[in-house]
Amino acid sequence: MRHEEILHRCFRCGWCKFTSDYSEFNCPSYRKFRFDTFAPGGRMWLIRAWLNGDIPNSARYQEILYSCATCGSCVEHCAFSFRDDLVEIFISAREEMVNDGRIPPPVRDFLKSINVHGNPFKAPEGERGAWAEGMPVEPYSDQDYLLYIGCVGSYDERGKKIAKALARLLSRAGVSFGILGDRELCDGNEVRALGETGLFRFLAESNIRMFRELGVRKIVTLDPHAYNAFRREYPGMGGDFEVLHYTQLLSMLVSQGSLSFSGFRERVVFHDPCYLGRHSGEYEAPREILDSIPGLERIEMRQSRENAFCCGGGGGNFFTDILGGGEESPNRIRIRQAVAAGAQVLAVACCQCAKMLEDGIKGENLEDRIRVLDIAEIALTALKG
Amino acid sequence: MEDIKRRLCDIVGERFVSDRAEELFFYGRDPGLMPPHSPDFVALPGTVEEVREIVKLAFREGVPVVPMGAGMTLTGLCIPRKGGIVLDMKRMNRILEVNDRARYTIVEGGTPTGALKAYLDAHHPRLRFSIPDSPAATTIAANVMIHGQGRLTQQYGFNSDMVTGLEVVLPTGDVARIGSCSLSPDWFSKGAPLPDLSGLFLGWLGTTGVITKVGLKLYPRKKMREVEIFITDSPDFIPDIIYEITHTEMTEDINIFAQPLPLIFKDNHHVVVYFTGDTDEELEFKKKSVFHALDRFIKNKDGGFMTVGPGMKQSLLDMPQRSASTFADVTKGGGFEYSGPIILVEKYPQCSRKLDELAEKYDLKYHATARIIGRGHAMMFAFSFTFNRADEDMMDRVRAALREASEFALSAGGVFWKPTVDEQRRLLQAMDPVTRRLMQMIKRNLDPSGIMNPGNWEVP
Repeated sequence: MRHEEILHRCFRCGWCKFTSDYSEFNCPSYRKFRFDTFAPGGRMWLIRAWLNGDIPNSARYQEILYSCATCGSCVEHCAFSFRDDLVEIFISAREEMVNDGRIPPPVRDFLKSINVHGNPFKAPEGERGAWAEGMPVEPYSDQDYLLYIGCVGSYDERGKKIAKALARLLSRAGVSFGILGDRELCDGNEVRALGETGLFRFLAESNIRMFRELGVRKIVTLDPHAYNAFRREYPGMGGDFEVLHYTQLLSMLVSQGSLSFSGFRERVVFHDPCYLGRHSGEYEAPREILDSIPGLERIEMRQSRENAFCCGGGGGNFFTDILGGGEESPNRIRIRQAVAAGAQVLAVACCQCAKMLEDGIKGENLEDRIRVLDIAEIALTALKG
Repeated sequence: MEDIKRRLCDIVGERFVSDRAEELFFYGRDPGLMPPHSPDFVALPGTVEEVREIVKLAFREGVPVVPMGAGMTLTGLCIPRKGGIVLDMKRMNRILEVNDRARYTIVEGGTPTGALKAYLDAHHPRLRFSIPDSPAATTIAANVMIHGQGRLTQQYGFNSDMVTGLEVVLPTGDVARIGSCSLSPDWFSKGAPLPDLSGLFLGWLGTTGVITKVGLKLYPRKKMREVEIFITDSPDFIPDIIYEITHTEMTEDINIFAQPLPLIFKDNHHVVVYFTGDTDEELEFKKKSVFHALDRFIKNKDGGFMTVGPGMKQSLLDMPQRSASTFADVTKGGGFEYSGPIILVEKYPQCSRKLDELAEKYDLKYHATARIIGRGHAMMFAFSFTFNRADEDMMDRVRAALREASEFALSAGGVFWKPTVDEQRRLLQAMDPVTRRLMQMIKRNLDPSGIMNPGNWEVP
């Protein structure tokens, strides 16, 4: 297994579980399950035990490994020099489990769906670009940017709304961009996170080949997960493109004066998506956009930026839901945190977060207290003229 | 066993009980060198009532119960040596009260030290407690139960001395309140003016009950903290240096460390002196007092203050101190254990030389740490070795070195802190027989079924 030589170095000291100030447990799976086996240290020790034959690849072991949201909080807070590899270690263990042929049924179904249908929703490939019908968008030819939407933005009803909002916004700002429509392929970030390296490589290589054929130079992604895959994984396979998350592009447009806003008079708290924040180090661009909107009162949750609490959708859990359910599911905890901060609107910059957190609001029966809006939706609403 | 599992599920809910291989593996060992032993169940109680019901069930069925905080003693005290139920207490992590004026807090038995620090930082910035150098996950209850030490130990003694009250589930399932809280709503004292029954639980390593609430003294938190390091190249000067510093009564904490790597530290003994103050003048006055107290060592060229760089300073001022954990990975092996006897400060030279000898004999990376307790009444001297968890031979060498360190410490008049089972046996053998019988009597009366963390403090 990759990184196997690091496993024995975990001291199981528990720094990885906390926020920087130790005020909260910040590992979503530990927070929910509360057995130390579900904390990063527990995983490290159990992976080693599994490789040594001390424990089987059981349903419980699978639940422990696959409930990790790959949120990277452990990477942020571990005290040791191997901290940067923690998420990769968990992904490597999942690779071993995929190779072993024993993985949780929802993971199997997800991977099968990507294999068969090219998307996790078991929807026809031909419908991938349907979200853009009636929208002012063109197929990508040689525009400045390829707007990459991804599976959730293409097929999920909530995701589609966000994709539309972003496309309208970019059009209004006069950005030269095109989309792939039904030619778009899954970016593979979640495939990789769930341990199917072979399928990920196939998707990545197919995407890279298509991007090259189309002469793509700059990509702007709706989804931080796709942003992560393109930015961190694709270059190693020859996919060198300039990649932006859409909040970074919007922030640039705001600073250039291409986007200006009239007003949005609500108290807004921003939820840092793990793959934009901790994984990519981008904390400012979303805040800069919100701060440029007159009347918008931006507040912070205690757990924000590097200490943000995951919505629970990362690492494939958006699709497999191994981490979800119950009062201590991360999305419900996060909603309670947003309400405690006094927010009327929970702003997101990820369509997976949007869906997860809206479910969290329903779970908490807080529909009358708070709503989830993507930054693209807020910006479009606040747009001048 | 199925019946016990069903009843545990009835008490805490199915999701907080496990008898699966994964939990039995993980909770059957700790990061130290003690041999593992699996529990039969792991249960995560959320309330004192749930703890009580579990203990009553265990009492009826004769099943061992092992309370566990973060399991960070390294000496295997939470390893369920005779199986049974491990009670992971960390769901009980509420801070129940902070009495700002009387300077104490009441916390649940699974509250991490980090959580209390964060709470005080946010809500009571003029209060602090004695934070140990263990990870932030370490629980307050476990720390006081093993007579832990922290950043205020030089001023106020062991962390267990700072307890103001206890709520304990006895091995019969009864709930006892210890101290003023036994008859008053106020948790100001664990003992005086009553008979101090806290001694029935503190230091007993979970063999006499499960601590579900702790009252803990809080102390004034000064606005500023500073650290200085005095160096000498001879361990022989350390006892006098400590005597002079403690005489000033000007310091927050005093630790000593010695280690061969990096080379800049080699052959030196570093006396780390912490100061606090509310004003620059106060801080400066305290520093000057200590500097003057050490004048003669400086004039004789027996030592001097070193320049502490910003990175090192920050690391030393951290509370809790993360660098104490990272020592575990010095050999890139994730293993670290120490024998830490409580012993007279005047034994520092002997301890230091013994550690050097052991490190050379067993070819091990080592680190000496001493924490001064009170005004030099004693110190905890840690014979610390790192090991590679993937190297059985190295682990055996560390075990052998620690065994020799223990033998030395006992012969030098030390008493093992958080002793391994082997060290407990040696302590009991060496102990005054009347005292041993008294311990036996107390244990038998409190735990007639012998279910509480059995294997520990077992009187032969």
